[in-house]
Amino acid sequence: MRSTSIRYAALSVAALAAVGIAACSPPPSSTSTSTTAAGGGVNAAKATSLADFGGMDGLVAAAKKEGALNVIALPPDWANYGEAIKGFTAKYGIPITSDQPDGSSADEISTAQRLKGQSKAPDVFDLGSAVAMANTGMFAPYQVATWKDIPDNAKDPKGVWVYDYAGYMSVGYDSAKVPAPTALADLLKAEYKGKVALNGDPTKAGAAFAGVQMVSIGQGGTAADIAKGVDFFKSLKDAGNFLPLDPNEASVLSGQTPVVIDWAYNNAPLTKKLPTWKTWIPDNAVLAGYYIQAINADAPHPAAARLWQEYLYSDEGQNIWLKGAAFPVRYDAMKAAGKIDAAAQAALPAVNGKVVIPTTADNDAAKAYLAANWTKAVG
Amino acid sequence: MRPSGALVGVAPFFVYTTVFLLIPTIVVVVGAFADGSGRPTLDNVAALGGANSSFLPALQHSVVLSLVTALAGAVIGAVLAYAVSTARPDGLLKRFITSLCGVLAQFGGVALAFAFMATFSIQGFLTVWLNSLGLDTGSSIWLYQWDKGLMLVYLYFQIPLMLIVFLPAVEGIKPQWREATETLGGTTWTYWTKVAGPILLPSFIGATLLLFTNAFSAYATAAALISQASPIVPLQIAGTFTSEVILGQENVGKAMALAMVVVVALVMWVYAALDKRASRWLVR
Repeated sequence: MRSTSIRYAALSVAALAAVGIAACSPPPSSTSTSTTAAGGGVNAAKATSLADFGGMDGLVAAAKKEGALNVIALPPDWANYGEAIKGFTAKYGIPITSDQPDGSSADEISTAQRLKGQSKAPDVFDLGSAVAMANTGMFAPYQVATWKDIPDNAKDPKGVWVYDYAGYMSVGYDSAKVPAPTALADLLKAEYKGKVALNGDPTKAGAAFAGVQMVSIGQGGTAADIAKGVDFFKSLKDAGNFLPLDPNEASVLSGQTPVVIDWAYNNAPLTKKLPTWKTWIPDNAVLAGYYIQAINADAPHPAAARLWQEYLYSDEGQNIWLKGAAFPVRYDAMKAAGKIDAAAQAALPAVNGKVVIPTTADNDAAKAYLAANWTKAVG
Repeated sequence: MRPSGALVGVAPFFVYTTVFLLIPTIVVVVGAFADGSGRPTLDNVAALGGANSSFLPALQHSVVLSLVTALAGAVIGAVLAYAVSTARPDGLLKRFITSLCGVLAQFGGVALAFAFMATFSIQGFLTVWLNSLGLDTGSSIWLYQWDKGLMLVYLYFQIPLMLIVFLPAVEGIKPQWREATETLGGTTWTYWTKVAGPILLPSFIGATLLLFTNAFSAYATAAALISQASPIVPLQIAGTFTSEVILGQENVGKAMALAMVVVVALVMWVYAALDKRASRWLVR
């Protein structure tokens, strides 16, 4: 039962994501100034698939020659990126510099613009959809070897951007410190006093924004009309239950944030380090969201950036995300081929109920309401 | 050759102020009146005053926070400075207090915020210790609120800063003035209101306004402590630049920065007016 609903969700995330994305017209593409010829006379910055390198061996050789990869805004506890970063370095011997792990999607773009042409600039991006769609001119098109497994509506036809993983919004809690919630309204009870945190300020952070949408759906609102979600957080604050801390792995492990509203792929992996940590997806409020992968057109290490994409979209990379409770974009194809990590799949949090994927219009309506009301509600 | 020599001397200063003061100010002023594609507009400034804008409450919070911590810091710091000035000039106590305050006045930012979290938050050692004695200290949420925790944390660097900047003024008071007052039949009250008070007033006001701008512009301490709702202006400005939800607000952020410049300019104007009045008796 669980696997069917997950499978259905992964498919529909892909389908509806594309509806939102198609509505945005990308800004004009900037001309790449990089002229790096990385290896074997190949211009890696212009390469659009493995064929341009003469196969995987050529790409690996070119990437090793560059000898470095810069990633940005990838917290090691986010969607299991820590394991992906270690795995890539172990496999190819290319060290990764992980800059500003707690940065936002907007920080990724502004850093790339500021460091343009420098060796420290980020090579690859992992972006929220709003920021990604506003900056497609900064991305280099590339099609990974597993391109055909990615649903057409989850990628740009040329590979300028590709949908990477999806997740459900969840409530993580330490069962040793608080009783298990069975409905969102439980969080207003006295047992949760000063214990409920949201991953960021929803007017700034995409995860927190989705958290308010999820709560709104659970309280009878929608992803577009989030007044009920904002009201809920106001009640939470008035009850003294809302903890205005930015939660992270350290705050969860130390017990500072016993309840955290965040993506399931951030909450679920914490159970490995804190066995009493549980991840709960409220039955009446199943909200899914996705992130987007892209290569910086001005990447200082264009071959390594492309090798990183090949790694992330390989069976190995996709299963690393799945182990972190993020649904990789090749989930359906890998399941059909029997390549899914069974243990990782069995550990996924249960999903029951109708899956909601916000459209761009939903998000725009929610943002306008949030900008005007969030500070008043919880400030 | 004298003029060119003088020019060489001040050139580094001019370069410094150009890079760190003039250029940023120009960027802020130009950006505040430009739209996303660089065309002139008043929309950014107008957005600050809108009915649903969260800027005006944040500005009010910032001013109240700065005013309260500046006044409390100035009064407590001034009393401490006077107490320290009466200690033996080369005594251990005085040297210890002044060097301690020199460190604490600069101990703002992330390190200070974490020191308070490690002490007062729900898992802080003081909270845990009091809980183990059976005392319930509540939820510790006060620490993350601008009008409680943030005020306390700001005072932690405001008071030592006041001591440092005000101590030279207090030490400038000569014991002979007091003796003269008493010889002429004055009481302690007349000495403080008619002699020492007026002499110290310009320094006191100047130091208080320094404390005000110090708190008004502080960012890192607040950013490390408060992650919801951006209750003060520096956090609001940061939000316009880093938000991944509401995009294209950078120039509204510059308009907010311009408003901060205006507030500081007003404060300096008030200071100049007061200083002129207060220093009538002083020969400079």
